[in-house]
Amino acid sequence: MRRVVVTGLGMVSPLACGVEPTWSRLIAGQSGARVIDTFDTSDLACKIAMPIPRGDGSEGTFNPDDWMEPKEQRKIDDFILYAVAAATQALADAGWKPTTYQDQIRTGVLIGSGIGGLGGIAETAIVLHEKGPRRVSPFFIPGRLINLAGGYVSIQHGLRGPNHAVVTACSTGAHAIGDAARLIAFEDAEVMVAGGAESAINRIGIAGFAACRALSTGFNDRPKQASRPYDRDRDGFVMGEGAGCVVLESYDHAFARGAKIYAELVGYGMSGDAYHITAPQPTGDGAFRAMASAIKRAGISPSEIDYINAHGTSTPLGDEIELQAVQRLVGDAVNSLSMSSTKSAIGHLLGAAGAVEAIFSILTLRDQIVPPTLNLDNVSVETRIDLVPHKARAREVQCVLSNSFGFGGTNACLIFKRAG
Amino acid sequence: MSDVAERVKKIVIEHLGVDADKVVDNANFIEDLGADSLDTVELVMAFEEEFSVEIPDDAAETIVTVGDAVKFLEKATTA
Repeated sequence: MRRVVVTGLGMVSPLACGVEPTWSRLIAGQSGARVIDTFDTSDLACKIAMPIPRGDGSEGTFNPDDWMEPKEQRKIDDFILYAVAAATQALADAGWKPTTYQDQIRTGVLIGSGIGGLGGIAETAIVLHEKGPRRVSPFFIPGRLINLAGGYVSIQHGLRGPNHAVVTACSTGAHAIGDAARLIAFEDAEVMVAGGAESAINRIGIAGFAACRALSTGFNDRPKQASRPYDRDRDGFVMGEGAGCVVLESYDHAFARGAKIYAELVGYGMSGDAYHITAPQPTGDGAFRAMASAIKRAGISPSEIDYINAHGTSTPLGDEIELQAVQRLVGDAVNSLSMSSTKSAIGHLLGAAGAVEAIFSILTLRDQIVPPTLNLDNVSVETRIDLVPHKARAREVQCVLSNSFGFGGTNACLIFKRAG
Repeated sequence: MSDVAERVKKIVIEHLGVDADKVVDNANFIEDLGADSLDTVELVMAFEEEFSVEIPDDAAETIVTVGDAVKFLEKATTA
């Protein structure tokens, strides 16, 4: 199969709009958490989240008008807007602007979302109930469909290759990148824009995840301390939003046009828990098999993994199960492994998480620095793995692994190797 | 300009994201103002909402320019 490399990165995150401002704030140990002030939370158990910092576009703020015309913004849910912004950044970063028909048909899009236009569906249900079907917008359906993130990106940039989408809850972003890489490996495309997007910070989103008992509820007065993966006092995840997109490319295509190569995507593994709709399987069997499968595909030994960007959502059950699975996977090599959860800083971006975290993993390779796990004051179980508490740490990193696990028991794992 | 024309033009500018000077009476929503078939459906809905009238589908099909909309709504609101 053909080699696949990463040549472009784009991101809209709770820390900033853009890859570099997000990354520098992540390494500096900043958190995107705050008290929700965009809708009423008085009757919600969780009153905090990690929303996109909006503004005029300066100082890392996100200005929607920089990415999409206002008249288009009205038609869609924010996950599409974030996806368009991240994809546009990634293509610009890659220096890939297909203008000939031949280049356009060899460039595709595979962007997913966990839930898609949840907010718009809720609002339209109210319109339907109160005003009747004649008041339902013609843009209601196309502005909420998950694959319309990729649809908008394809239309805006003239990408006529494979146009696909993934919906696997919190594994979406990782599955999208892994599947897109396979489309390139199998010669369905030369270049793919791949990633995930999510915008579920609204009343119905918070109410729904709170009902699953998945959200942190004990830190409403201290939002920046709420996301605390592996910590003794963790009590659930903090919802984030945003999008991450990468430009994937066949090695030959990237080399031929002299593109900057960030990393090679060497491994991709998937599995199913076949256990429970929301709870992780207690022994971490599914997580273990996804990682093992990615390692087999990469043709490396587990001890070659230097850094793992954990799924680590800060939920009481999940974090320790993932830790166990990783320890079982790497065996005696635990002493030289670093593993952190960047969800401590940006929250859980659901369908965008795997894509944004893949980008952090790639930047870890580029800069030889591992991002921290914030708020890790007291590890809940003993481990010899370096969980990078509080502060980023410089270290040699040749190979990184990024984990994503989703509701329904769906697991995806990506492995990137340093370029060159 | 009549009050109806003023309100119609405001809606068109807002929904189609076009400059005010392009929104003239003989401007065709699709050919001159860049609307697609979904935009025109939404425009008609916006007119209905603004003027508290119902525009049946067969009547909506005859509203293709700014002037058509103004004429229809002036008649509908004085009837």
